[in-house]
Amino acid sequence: MSAHAVTGTLPGAMPAPAASGRGPAPVRIVVAYGFWIFLLSDIIMFSALFATYAVLSGQTAGGPSGRDLFELHRVGVQTLCLLFSSYTCGLAVLAIERRRVRAFYVSCALTFVLGATFLGLELSEFAGMIARGAGPSRSAFLSAFFSLVGLHGAHVTAGLLWMCFMVAQTAAKGPRDFVRRRLLCFSLFWHALDIIWVALMTLVYLMGAR
Amino acid sequence: MLGKLSWTAVPFDQPIPMAASLFIVVGVLSMLGLTTWKGWWPYLWREWLTSVDHKRIGVMYVLLALVLLVRGFIDAIMMRSQLAIAAGSAQGYLPPEHYDQIFSAHGTIMIFFMAMPFVIGLMNFVVPLQLGVRDVAFPVLNAISFWLTASGALLVNISLVVGEFARTGWLAYPPLSELQFSPGVGVDYYLWALQISGIGTLLAGINMVTTILKMRAPGMTYMRMPVFCWTALCSSMLIVAAFPILTATFGMLLLDRYVGMHFFTNDGGGNCMLYVNLIWAWGHPEVYILVLPAFGIFSEVIAAFSGKQLFGYRSMVVATLAICVLSFMVWLHHFFTMGAGADVNAVFGIMSMIIAIPTGVKLFNWLFTLYRGRLRFEVPVLWAIGFMVTFAVGGMTGVLMAVPPADFVLHNSLFLVAHFHNVIIGAVLFGAMAGYNYWFPKAFGFTLDKRLGAVSFWCWLIGFYLAFMPLYLLGLLGMTRRMQHYADTSWQPYLIVAEVGAVVILGGIVATIAQLVVSIRTRASRRDLTGDPWDARTLEWSTSSPPPAYNFAVLPQVESLDAFWAMKQRGPVATAERYDSIEVPRNSANGFVTAFFAVVTGFAMIWHIWWMAILGVASAVLTLLAFGWMERGADEVSGEQLAEAERARLHPMEPA
Amino acid sequence: MEEPVQPLSASIDQAPGVADSAASGSIATYTAGLAFALLLTAASFIVAQTHLLWAPGIPAGLAVLAIAQMGVHLVFFLHIGTGADNTNNVLALAFGVLVVTLVVSGSLWIMANLNANMLPPSVIMEMQR
Repeated sequence: MSAHAVTGTLPGAMPAPAASGRGPAPVRIVVAYGFWIFLLSDIIMFSALFATYAVLSGQTAGGPSGRDLFELHRVGVQTLCLLFSSYTCGLAVLAIERRRVRAFYVSCALTFVLGATFLGLELSEFAGMIARGAGPSRSAFLSAFFSLVGLHGAHVTAGLLWMCFMVAQTAAKGPRDFVRRRLLCFSLFWHALDIIWVALMTLVYLMGAR
Repeated sequence: MLGKLSWTAVPFDQPIPMAASLFIVVGVLSMLGLTTWKGWWPYLWREWLTSVDHKRIGVMYVLLALVLLVRGFIDAIMMRSQLAIAAGSAQGYLPPEHYDQIFSAHGTIMIFFMAMPFVIGLMNFVVPLQLGVRDVAFPVLNAISFWLTASGALLVNISLVVGEFARTGWLAYPPLSELQFSPGVGVDYYLWALQISGIGTLLAGINMVTTILKMRAPGMTYMRMPVFCWTALCSSMLIVAAFPILTATFGMLLLDRYVGMHFFTNDGGGNCMLYVNLIWAWGHPEVYILVLPAFGIFSEVIAAFSGKQLFGYRSMVVATLAICVLSFMVWLHHFFTMGAGADVNAVFGIMSMIIAIPTGVKLFNWLFTLYRGRLRFEVPVLWAIGFMVTFAVGGMTGVLMAVPPADFVLHNSLFLVAHFHNVIIGAVLFGAMAGYNYWFPKAFGFTLDKRLGAVSFWCWLIGFYLAFMPLYLLGLLGMTRRMQHYADTSWQPYLIVAEVGAVVILGGIVATIAQLVVSIRTRASRRDLTGDPWDARTLEWSTSSPPPAYNFAVLPQVESLDAFWAMKQRGPVATAERYDSIEVPRNSANGFVTAFFAVVTGFAMIWHIWWMAILGVASAVLTLLAFGWMERGADEVSGEQLAEAERARLHPMEPA
Repeated sequence: MEEPVQPLSASIDQAPGVADSAASGSIATYTAGLAFALLLTAASFIVAQTHLLWAPGIPAGLAVLAIAQMGVHLVFFLHIGTGADNTNNVLALAFGVLVVTLVVSGSLWIMANLNANMLPPSVIMEMQR
């Protein structure tokens, strides 16, 4: 994910931002902005599933509804895990920017553990529901639930794998420019997942359990 | 071991698909054989397959589009021929199960694998050059995008040889597209091909938005950007906003089919209208994704060949942004008849009429640009004038159908079919052809033959009217779309005229191919030595034809709109005293290899070969990780090399 | 070829996630964001499970708290601000929010109307006979 925005203008000139028409923006800005646009597209994809969930949430086909299935204390723990992991992820980015490599590894480890805990809780919830005959093919409501929450979980999984890759690459190559750019993108991704979880927690679990 | 795949998947018992399959297989094998025999593989691999240069990628997109245009057109002329004869008790030569696949494939191919690649290819080639920069924001991602699109096209064509295609129409509405009513692999081919190419398109949109907003030559503020870049920006913003909806919706249909979920099924609480709603929430922005770049092309062409600055630049920008936003507020007009009620229909009907206004503003701006200009009737201008007339007609029939009571009569009739072909051919195809003729010399260093270009245009124009005006009348007479045969023989004369039109269009396509062949043969007489064969206005014409890999030795300093025109007014350009060295990104096989595994995964998922699917996905992910791990080197172009190249470009007659 | 390391302050243009302030300020920003988010999360759970709010108002209350928390994330973790250098980021976000709003509310409105106009299943079954 490296972009070469070398300007080749007057020697010694500082690369300047494009917002004011002063030439191509620095690579770091370009990469972060491109990733931000990607995140917005991802959020729109989630919104299509949110719309689906909202439309189908009442279609339980005689089967169990949210009130029967959701366990809010687990949701609370999941929320705390993800929120704190977002915090530790922020700390990790700060650490690597200041070249505090040990603090970086510790923050990443915490982020991973918290994220994995979140995932484990979610998987156990899914397993429990499927065991009770409330799997995704039971009803339209459950299809919508599993796919919406499941897509978020898939993103978390991908994020954890990405983070392992990034830690390995940082260890191998050091906190070089392109490595730190990617870490910045990862942190944007991880924060966005927490934002989506806020919506999930509210619309699916808190409103659904009533 | 091989899932549902067996020898029965090959259509040995159906003559027409079998003939088509043989043609494709023989054709592909002979191309591969020729390439091997002539030893072209190293060149192809080095210069094209692993290229991350936006110019090369743009050319490959356009080439893909032209090839798929032929495939999609063959589907079209097969349908026209069938309808020309299947009147009354005659059954024609295409059985219904086959006819259904043909109209589904025709729509799918023409929208996703002809129009989209054409438009994205032209944007890819032109935008960085017009912005005065060296490449798009993410060159490797650009290559991945192209190869994923090509993967989708490949899967659709494989369905002709192995298996079948969807019989559901190009949007695959449930419940017909659910497993219960389409148990075969056709819908799966459709879904996987479009999911894979959809990812490519989304990434291309992200790339283009970032490039236009964050990478422009020094001095190029937003209001000094060429109009084509504005339309490319808005089209790409729409891609970023709309394609995720398509991915989500197809994903849900895939979950229904593969895992037995109930999003759109009849039972279990599913709601098939939810699919229709979501798919059109994507589908309407999609048509604007196609048409906005076409509008941009016409803005460039009309201004360049009138020798005048585009009239009303600011209003063009505002109109483009307005269309971009409004395109998300009209989608229900594609299903007025499905029972949302008068209130909902009225709101969306009014919004659909409102969106015609900024388009009208653009049309008037083009007219006012032509007025008092000194128009040169080069081939792109022919397409532009043909567009203005044709699109006006098509747009008006659209506004007519935006009135819900009228739409209740005309929905899904041939009137609708005529309307959307009118606007897509009239704007998107004509725009693509104009852009192709306009920018070809920049890409390849010689102009296209003018006479054959004119022949192609006139065949398309006359053929289009012959083929589609009867359809408007037939729609009003009550003929619906997607009919394999019909009882009312009084419709037949119209359909015969339409068939004649299709044959004339065939002449246009043949003329385009001939134009390319002849132009290559006689290219020495039409070399573009100055880089500016049209005396045009924007920055891409300030480079050599074709431009060097790095586009600009020194990024231009932009001080006004129509930056190149202003540069020309200032007088001849001198070479600089010294040049800073530049880095040019190295090639990457990432795109090609990832796409290969995408095809394997798609094919495996379609045929339920689970082990191959898992292997395919894992390989694709590993490919991305492996390439991500390696650092991408760059090649340096030294200051001396740049100086020499610039000297050769600006003073071609001087001895080196 | 190694690129020169670009210090944070060299970029006037802001990308999301890039904080331009001094080192200590940034940890404070994240911690403040965490604190606000925890408060809002607790508030959401309390509102959902107790009778603190009038019952029909609970969905609206939860929605407000959720939007507030998403805003906290955007401002404190993603550094989306109101400076002139942030315009592109904010505009992109605004466009995204617009599309999400149109798609979600549009779909809900359309589907509600479609469902309301559907014949009741019993009448459809009668028509089959």
